[in-house]
Amino acid sequence: MKTVSPKEETPFGRFVSDFFANKVATFGFLLLILIIVLAVLAPWITPQNPYDLKQVTVMDSSMPPGSEALAGYTMLIGSDGVGRDLFSGILYGLRISLTVGIMSGVIAMILGISVGLTAAYVGGRTDSLIMRLVDLQLSFPSALIALMLIAILGKGVDNIILALVIVQWAYYARTVRGTAIVERGKEYVEAAACLGLPHRRILFRHILPNCIAPIIVVGTVQTAHAIGLEATLSFLGIGLPQSEPSLGVLIANGSQYLLSGKYWISVFPGVALLLTVVSINLVGDQLRDVLNPRLQK
Amino acid sequence: MSVLVFFGLNIIGDPVYMLVSPDADQEDIDRVIRNLGLDRPILEQYVLFVKGALQGDLGNSFIFGESALGLISRHMGATLELAFTALFLAIAIGIPLGLYAGLYPNRMSSRVIMTSSILGFSLPTFWVGLMMILIFSVQLGWLPSTGRGDTATFLGITSSIFTLNGLSHLILPAANLALLKVSLVIRLTRAGTREGMQQDYIKFARAKGLSTTRVVGVHLLKNILIPIVTVLGLEFGSLIAFSVVTETIFAWPGMGRLLIESILQLDRPVVVAYLMIIVALFVVINLLVDVVYSILDPRVRLKEQGK
Amino acid sequence: MPNVKLLTPLIAGIVTAATMATAQDLRLGMSSEATSLDPYFHNLGPNNAIARNIFDNLVLQNEVQSLTPGLAVSWAPINETTWEFKLREGVTFQDGSAFNADDVVCSFKRAPDVPNSPSSFGTYLKGKTVTKVDDFTVHFTTEGPYPTMVNDISTIAIVSNESGCDATTKDYNHGDAAIGTGPYSLVEYVPGDRIVMKRNDNYWGPKPRWETVTYKPIKSGPARVAALLAGDVDIISGVPTVDIAHLRENETITLSQGSSNRVIYLHLDQFREKSPFVKGNDGGEIKNPLIDQRVRLAISKMINREAIVERVMEGVATQAGQLLPEGFFGVSSKLEVMAYDPDGAKALLAEAGYPDGFKLTIHGPNDRYINDAKIAEVIAQMLSANGITTAVDTMPRSVYFKRASAGSPEGLPEFSLVLVGWGAGSGEASSPLKSLIRTYDKDRGFGASNRGRYSNPEVDALIDKALVTNDDAAREALLAKATEVAIGDVAIIPLHYQVNTWAARKGLKYIARSDEYTLADGVVPE
Repeated sequence: MKTVSPKEETPFGRFVSDFFANKVATFGFLLLILIIVLAVLAPWITPQNPYDLKQVTVMDSSMPPGSEALAGYTMLIGSDGVGRDLFSGILYGLRISLTVGIMSGVIAMILGISVGLTAAYVGGRTDSLIMRLVDLQLSFPSALIALMLIAILGKGVDNIILALVIVQWAYYARTVRGTAIVERGKEYVEAAACLGLPHRRILFRHILPNCIAPIIVVGTVQTAHAIGLEATLSFLGIGLPQSEPSLGVLIANGSQYLLSGKYWISVFPGVALLLTVVSINLVGDQLRDVLNPRLQK
Repeated sequence: MSVLVFFGLNIIGDPVYMLVSPDADQEDIDRVIRNLGLDRPILEQYVLFVKGALQGDLGNSFIFGESALGLISRHMGATLELAFTALFLAIAIGIPLGLYAGLYPNRMSSRVIMTSSILGFSLPTFWVGLMMILIFSVQLGWLPSTGRGDTATFLGITSSIFTLNGLSHLILPAANLALLKVSLVIRLTRAGTREGMQQDYIKFARAKGLSTTRVVGVHLLKNILIPIVTVLGLEFGSLIAFSVVTETIFAWPGMGRLLIESILQLDRPVVVAYLMIIVALFVVINLLVDVVYSILDPRVRLKEQGK
Repeated sequence: MPNVKLLTPLIAGIVTAATMATAQDLRLGMSSEATSLDPYFHNLGPNNAIARNIFDNLVLQNEVQSLTPGLAVSWAPINETTWEFKLREGVTFQDGSAFNADDVVCSFKRAPDVPNSPSSFGTYLKGKTVTKVDDFTVHFTTEGPYPTMVNDISTIAIVSNESGCDATTKDYNHGDAAIGTGPYSLVEYVPGDRIVMKRNDNYWGPKPRWETVTYKPIKSGPARVAALLAGDVDIISGVPTVDIAHLRENETITLSQGSSNRVIYLHLDQFREKSPFVKGNDGGEIKNPLIDQRVRLAISKMINREAIVERVMEGVATQAGQLLPEGFFGVSSKLEVMAYDPDGAKALLAEAGYPDGFKLTIHGPNDRYINDAKIAEVIAQMLSANGITTAVDTMPRSVYFKRASAGSPEGLPEFSLVLVGWGAGSGEASSPLKSLIRTYDKDRGFGASNRGRYSNPEVDALIDKALVTNDDAAREALLAKATEVAIGDVAIIPLHYQVNTWAARKGLKYIARSDEYTLADGVVPE
């Protein structure tokens, strides 16, 4: 049902202009770029390497925003309970959190989509087998998976990514399969099958594009969820190491300060997370509207 | 899967060293290990566990010394009550807001709804929970901060839903648990609505001159409910399993909190029993989801039969 | 997202009078939860505290763990191996039955022998035999002299011969057997939610203060503080250190603090030639430098205890120089807190042959002691700043203690530098000396928590002698001497003594206890 836009333009050009037609989304996109740039450049723009214990001293702990550190620099947004400059800590933390969130999201998505599509398309015994596996998987509390992995492998970024992938893939699989089953029943798939197109082509060229909308919805939710889950695991004491805190660890530590009057320790890491996740979601939202063939204006 | 958990928890550590009093000497420690049956080879422990499980006995909690199943079932009511309330809140708030935002995507209020929904799942549950306590209990003094209120029994169900005091205790944790789901429902409903409104059957229905209420309430809603039911089916299980955090913050005496404490204390029988219960619950939920699914979407049912 | 303006007024403190219960009802928000009402099931602080409300012991420990008469009115050794206890007459259990020596005998029989107990009281009863002499006299006998008899006896609650001795743990948890002679009797127990008790009007001692008492576990620190500020509970235990400064300024809240019997300290690997978490600066294996007393002393000098107390503990802790704080039986009056001396430390390191330091990892729990993970990190900062590049690894206690005690492939302590704490349950110095300092000896039950495997025959001899010396003054001198030698060897590095904080709504305060128990009758009007 799509109507072709009157102007002559490439599909990508149309995508870009559609995307930036929404001011809020543009804002989100710019914000996300800014955050990523800050995170990538962190070692060059922060006054302190918060992971180098030689540079951190407890004598700087819990200082309010604007205080001067012993080393001479100004702590723009204060310091945390062990003396880390919060600005430095947040940027370094962002690096870890983004890595964890994006890596785990992408891996889980690829895994989940492959499994979900296969289940929906093949159907029958394979389908029920896979979906039982998915059920099983979803019954596994993420805290338990993380705790087990930590015990076997030790804390660390790799392990938390692994844990988050294992926690998330089933969501994608379930959602993709749900939508794909409906799609499979539609005429265009039957038509494609009648034309004798290969399975792989039908799956990836015909069914998958039509599942994109829910995948993006789940994907944005899950990326946000991954970052939040990492924070939650840290809150429960089984996340990332304390000495190299991610954003999640900073928030978890900061939450202990909610009632203490030292608002900056709990508030700023939260703000950083909020901005990150909101910008990811704003972009994701707009992507969904723009990419969905059925929503074309 | 019980194998995985059983052996997994064994790898992690040994609860004994954490349980015994620090005054205990090696002899005491060895005796506790024997008492708990942890001196046997792990395979033998597993065989014993399976034998017991076949007779409906999942073992005794290391910490509480009581049957693990009994312990969990005593905590289950509080969690189910919390999860159902949260689910109800998610649907009652999420669907109307999502429909509105989907039907009138360009209104200011719709944008506000969507932006708030993003906020809803952008912050970690524990942070939001603490903020809720901060605002509604400490600052405004409207609602109790923690714990479960008085319970009453109605139609054979004992729940704190039936007392005013109970409800007042329930609101904050349920809202906290529902928050992420509300956002999810809003987004799914809106996405479905926007897509649905462009579909041919809606256009035909409108062309036929059906009222907007009927078009939205019957034709549209029926179709967008499919993904919502699927997702909520999954989410209900996760509401129960992941109520861990909410229960920890609000000191809610449910089985989620029991689980995380059991994990942290390596109370293996309780963790294994919990997982088996959750698995059973999930299978049931998924069956229900599939049934509702086929009721809502006859195409699925017809296809299955057509094979 | 809250802003500063939102946070400030709430810290000013708003207690809603509407939700406050009457003056006769007490609601306590607890940082930890009892696992059972069976007083013998699990030897654990919260369990023992609950039991103290419902049951009495023969001998009670007061707030500084001095021994006072409970169900026994007097006690004395009648020869080298026998202690005689005279029992209180006219005491009745909460079900009306009378208390006498039979209850004592059967209680001491049940105490070490509860099925499935994860941590029994057997530790305190080993080698002791109890006999009834008459209805109100019992004898405890041992094979050799046993000076700490009364301390051990004071850990055991007395249950009823009629209803308690043959009961199961389940009977206690369901309330049928939870019948004692204590100041409060059980009304309701909902695991994970609350324990409700009411006043025992027939209590033999001073009239219990509260009509009803409700214990509620609220394990999350900020939530517990919030519950107090919101008026949902009257008093909370385990006030997080970060909140103390603000609560102190809050006029609607009263803080009560008391030094505990718990010392936080470091164990250092002193028994392996190659320690698993010690590396050379190039990352290669080196001979374990921690064996050298000068290196251990250097590490102790690198630690700025004042900074830990002021910055990490927010002033709520006492710097430590030995195993127990001042005032406890057997502490040394000669030992002082090790002064912060980075230059001296570097000189010692150079003298020991490590002018450029080495690499080390500190291990610690993250959910056991007050601010444990932070302390580990700050120590790593201090060592790193002075040449010993130190990494931090903290983990949940479920993983930690097993590894710290017996985690290596050979079943030996796994770590090189461990952060731990020790609470002296008996309230005197033989408890930490026996477990932390004395040479590890599995057969005799010594050194069970000696995770650095420190060993000095001189110290061992002093401890062994103290353990069989009935004369209090002589014993105290021996314990103090043993402590001095061990600390001189840097057997362990003491950091600080924990100070516990309770916070109550205005008008109430808590008589702080060194054993960290929260008892209903310890909550008194201000």
